[in-house]
Amino acid sequence: MSQSSYIALSYWDLAMAASLILINGILSVVFRLGIERTLIVAAVRMTVQLMAIGFVLKFIFIQTSPIWTFGLGLCMVFFAGREAMARQTRRYKGWWAYGLGTGTLLFVGLLATLFGVGVIIGPDPWYTPRFVLPILGMVLGNTLTGISLGLETLTTTALRERVAIEARIALGATRFEAMSSATRQALKTGMMPIVNSMAATGIVALPGMMTGQILAGIDPVEATKYQVLITFLIAGGTAFGVFLAVLGGTRLLTDERHRLRLDRLENPAH
Amino acid sequence: MLKLENVQVHGLEPVSFAVARGECIALQGPSGSGKTVLLRAIADLDPVQGHVYLEGSERSALSGPEWRKRVRYAAAEPGWWGETPREHFAPAERLEKLVNSLGLKSAQLDQSLSRLSTGERQRMALARAVFDQPSVLLLDEPTGALDAKATIQAERLIKRQLKAGHAVIFVSHDPAQLKRLAHRKLTIRNGKLRVGRI
Repeated sequence: MSQSSYIALSYWDLAMAASLILINGILSVVFRLGIERTLIVAAVRMTVQLMAIGFVLKFIFIQTSPIWTFGLGLCMVFFAGREAMARQTRRYKGWWAYGLGTGTLLFVGLLATLFGVGVIIGPDPWYTPRFVLPILGMVLGNTLTGISLGLETLTTTALRERVAIEARIALGATRFEAMSSATRQALKTGMMPIVNSMAATGIVALPGMMTGQILAGIDPVEATKYQVLITFLIAGGTAFGVFLAVLGGTRLLTDERHRLRLDRLENPAH
Repeated sequence: MLKLENVQVHGLEPVSFAVARGECIALQGPSGSGKTVLLRAIADLDPVQGHVYLEGSERSALSGPEWRKRVRYAAAEPGWWGETPREHFAPAERLEKLVNSLGLKSAQLDQSLSRLSTGERQRMALARAVFDQPSVLLLDEPTGALDAKATIQAERLIKRQLKAGHAVIFVSHDPAQLKRLAHRKLTIRNGKLRVGRI
């Protein structure tokens, strides 16, 4: 069985695919959904952003310099941190709103990528951007979802169960004992998406990276091996990230005298 | 036993007073005057400036949890984290005797909290507050939801704590209850705390 070679797409091919967006536009007009404008802006944004990152990656791949690779990696972490903050309905006040998510993402992204690329895949040189950046991107994207869900659950549960948490504190519980129910719930919620997606992968959905490799002409079995590796990296990264962010978040919601400090959260109006 | 020096609670002038072993003080004042905030500040549930001492040692010498095991605040609306009252107590034989003394049946310890009345939950919360014998009890309207009979039972329990040498500060709007329980009263009016006799 011969392997088909990679077929490059022309801009005309993309334009044809874009015509499918027209169906969405027509639906919006017919049913007066009023989302045509948002739809067009989103489609244009997606195209421009992806094209731009395509050119940036091409430039960085040509350089194969650790400085460029880490520079772009850091930018990705900072944007992911911003996104993690934006997804919170009740953010932490001050620097921590951004610092907690970004710090965790930086640590977990670095650890999972260095382990995956440096230890397991082992390209030469080890900082080869073609390996480092896509893997970092996938780890960050999934960890970001886990952290956001975990922190959101932690703060909303602490607010909802304030009376019970303070009752435990008043009876002499430590901050982690008093917050244990909220912390457990947040850890569980943060890890659920990756656990669920692992169970469905390969039956319900073929992951994007594997599909991409197959389309690019890689043997499906080889593509699968990469996907399994990436999934484990993502699962490990997400679990570690959620754990760090939720425990850090619990610490920030309480103080060294083991008091509940909901005043450290912004008001919803902000 | 418990001494406050220039404790700065939001909305009140700096507060200083002392409570002796076995003494019961009633805290009075209109709604929103700062009674709960003051009790919470003493229990170290909110950060405040000033000094609080228990038996001569300053609060900062103890960790937060250790302080609150000795200086216990019981809220007017108790919080629960388990399904049944029993989950909120450490296992001990004296538990059933304690709840019985408040007019509650032992079986109610294993009933779902949602099936207990407000008054029954309040008595369970009072039992929970005194269970591990804290030195100081800060009770925020401990009999607010109780009928006359249950109020007397709750007061008897409070008196037993006083007899054992513990100190009690409690909030109540009932002048008759003040006479039955308190040795002195603290009144908050216009942000000022005044010490008075019963």
